[in-house]
Amino acid sequence: MQKSVPGRRFGMSMTTLSLGMSVALSMVAATAHADPQRIEYWRTEASQAEIESQQAAIDRFNQSQPRWRVEMSRLPAGSYTEAMTAAALAGDLPCVMYIDQPVAPNFAWSEFLRPLDGLVPAETLAPLLETAKATYGGEIYAAGQNEEVLVLYGRRSVLEEHGIRIATLDHPWSQAEFLAALEALKQGGDFLYPLDIQAGWTGDEWYSYAFGPWLLSFGGDQIDRGNYLYAEGVLNGEEVLAWGEFFQGLFEAGYVDRNPSDNRGFDQGRVALNYVGSWELRNHLDAWGDDLVVMPVPDFGHGTTIGGGSWQLGISTQCDAPEGAAAFVDFMLQPAEIAEAARARITVPSHPQAAALTEDFREGGRWRFFYDYAEAHARLRPATPGYPTISSAFERAARDIRDGRDVQEALDEAVDAIERDIADNRGYGFHE
Amino acid sequence: MHSNIDEARPRRLADGAGTGEAKVTTYRQARRRERRFGYLLSFPALLGLFMFLVLPFLMAVVLSFSDQRLLSPNQAEWVGLRNYDRLLSVSWLVQEAERSELGEVVRTAEGEPEFPALRTLLRGDPAYREYREFTSWQWGEKRYVLLAKDPRFIQSFLNTLLFVMLVVPLQCGLALGLALLINRQLRGISVFRAIFFSPVVTSIVVVSIVWTFLYHRDVGVLNHYLQALTFGLVGPIDWLGDPDWAMPSIVIMSAWQACGVQMLIFLAGLQGISQDLYEAAELDGAGRWSQFWNITLPGLRNTLVFVILSTTVQAFGLFTQVDVMTGGGPQGSTSTVMFHAVAKGFREQDIAYGSAVSVVFFLVILLIALLQKKFFDAREAK
Repeated sequence: MQKSVPGRRFGMSMTTLSLGMSVALSMVAATAHADPQRIEYWRTEASQAEIESQQAAIDRFNQSQPRWRVEMSRLPAGSYTEAMTAAALAGDLPCVMYIDQPVAPNFAWSEFLRPLDGLVPAETLAPLLETAKATYGGEIYAAGQNEEVLVLYGRRSVLEEHGIRIATLDHPWSQAEFLAALEALKQGGDFLYPLDIQAGWTGDEWYSYAFGPWLLSFGGDQIDRGNYLYAEGVLNGEEVLAWGEFFQGLFEAGYVDRNPSDNRGFDQGRVALNYVGSWELRNHLDAWGDDLVVMPVPDFGHGTTIGGGSWQLGISTQCDAPEGAAAFVDFMLQPAEIAEAARARITVPSHPQAAALTEDFREGGRWRFFYDYAEAHARLRPATPGYPTISSAFERAARDIRDGRDVQEALDEAVDAIERDIADNRGYGFHE
Repeated sequence: MHSNIDEARPRRLADGAGTGEAKVTTYRQARRRERRFGYLLSFPALLGLFMFLVLPFLMAVVLSFSDQRLLSPNQAEWVGLRNYDRLLSVSWLVQEAERSELGEVVRTAEGEPEFPALRTLLRGDPAYREYREFTSWQWGEKRYVLLAKDPRFIQSFLNTLLFVMLVVPLQCGLALGLALLINRQLRGISVFRAIFFSPVVTSIVVVSIVWTFLYHRDVGVLNHYLQALTFGLVGPIDWLGDPDWAMPSIVIMSAWQACGVQMLIFLAGLQGISQDLYEAAELDGAGRWSQFWNITLPGLRNTLVFVILSTTVQAFGLFTQVDVMTGGGPQGSTSTVMFHAVAKGFREQDIAYGSAVSVVFFLVILLIALLQKKFFDAREAK
């Protein structure tokens, strides 16, 4: 299984080298009017619609100016982060890369990403949703066109039949109301398991993305965000303990299937409520049409909270044309482009003006709820290079809790793993 | 090459040596040249082996003594045996029940003696700082705690051993049974061979996903049959969700999926046994069973040794099924060494620690394979 990693890092020398090269190249560009300079852009493979819309945007950029020509490469989504890691170590990163927000701080700390401040105009970055910007150490390293929003999908007819109130952004369910609703649905007898929270998903850090925000709503967190050094007393504190008991209870009471064999339960009517992201909106609409209702996650005491941060654009330190890369990122983050992307595939725009430009997400639009929810209640995952370990340790703990392990024990183990990792990495650039 | 030999001959003759001796020498030289040629021809293959097997392993050994991360701006440093210490350290301690000021044992509502919180104790004591509980027993008013620096590794290691011990006999037995079934001249037998072999050529990820459906507690086919056949007396079993059942479930599925390969090897072995022996045995009045014990099994001896050895080594690498079906759960009951190494090395980016896990594991597998071989050799000598 060993993936060979060169013994020494050469990030610094590469930076100097690429800086030198960019100076030399811009001098060449100034003296001779050569062909437009090639800017490599990597992204994950995706649906036909998404790729076509993005290619159209790139064509518009290439035609809008003569200096740069962006070329897109698509990599398999499953191994995308591994491929980027390998490319980074080999010094083969592209100029612009599509990067998942929680991964960005790790790449920034490792000096593979350039800060966008100073490269991309501040007036482009400022109006974006907070969660559409990946930060580390106070600087922005990546920004995205869209946001994914986690919601509770339900069916109006089913909820009304069981006498359950439809939750709204202003009045989300409380924990007690949530449990009462689940009990009513379970007792109704139509649903073996009333709620689906995708408990069987492995990898892709679903657990941390989906349930980390519940900790915040309970008043806890995965790590002390004041210093990013300690998790003791936070991840195994009283509030998270309460979350753990609640989470375990969902499975013990039979409200949630511990290991659903597929995620089509809601579409097929086997499940009454589905906790999943805005990316499922289209499927759910196809299945239920006007009967579909979209509700916020329950308020567990400290407000309804969901995870933010989707795939974003970053500029690598191995790029020999940062200016061109920045021009491209700037272009992609303009409201018109964001609105275009949002239209092409139902996805939540990350810019208020872009939202206003789309039929579905403007004020009063059909899916405005998603934008409002993201703007008001989305919180970023801990913005630290140590996040991969936090995510992995938290997922292990949450799975163990799901399977009946003592909550305190499971959380203590996660805290130990996270704190040891931070100490091993000399604080990941954070200090007391 | 031929001309080279001719060139050598006159020189040797000029030395005044005997013709016979010269012939031997030229023969030796030819052999040496041939060997050199052999090396030259095998060079590409050897280079491949070196690049993709030997070198990565050597790098893993080197990395395991450092604190190299997958991604980090920090320079990697040598940390000596730290990774191995964290991996393998075990210790133990005895806890006394808590006593009130009057010297009486404090008891919980259920009447069990109460013990001081172990974690506070461990975190407070520098000698035990990195240890965590692996398991514990309570004996009267004392509690014996087995500690490990990485209890998950120990658990994963034991899980892997359990898997190997269960899957090797099952898989080899199944393969032998299938091979015996299809080792006959019947019309359309090759169809059966293809059917039995088909799981092997199906992607293990796909097989795992399909079996997750079959194993589902409420809607899985397996539980439906089980309940129908036993008139509702048995089950439903939460195959993948119950810590006691999860590993056996993976064992059954893995044996089913992979036994086709061993079946083919057994089939080849069976066809190597002379039919004359069976005919002779039949004339002597030997029954089917006695033919199997006295002809088939001894005839398959070498095949059997090879199959058991290779299946064992392969079984130690269990990863995909666990990753897809259970994610190491429930409660770590299906976590294997490979799964642990990947979780630590890649998901948590501690590549040095992941390397240490792999190195230790390599040595263990090597040791077991050598012991197995020695065992079989000793039996042969008898």
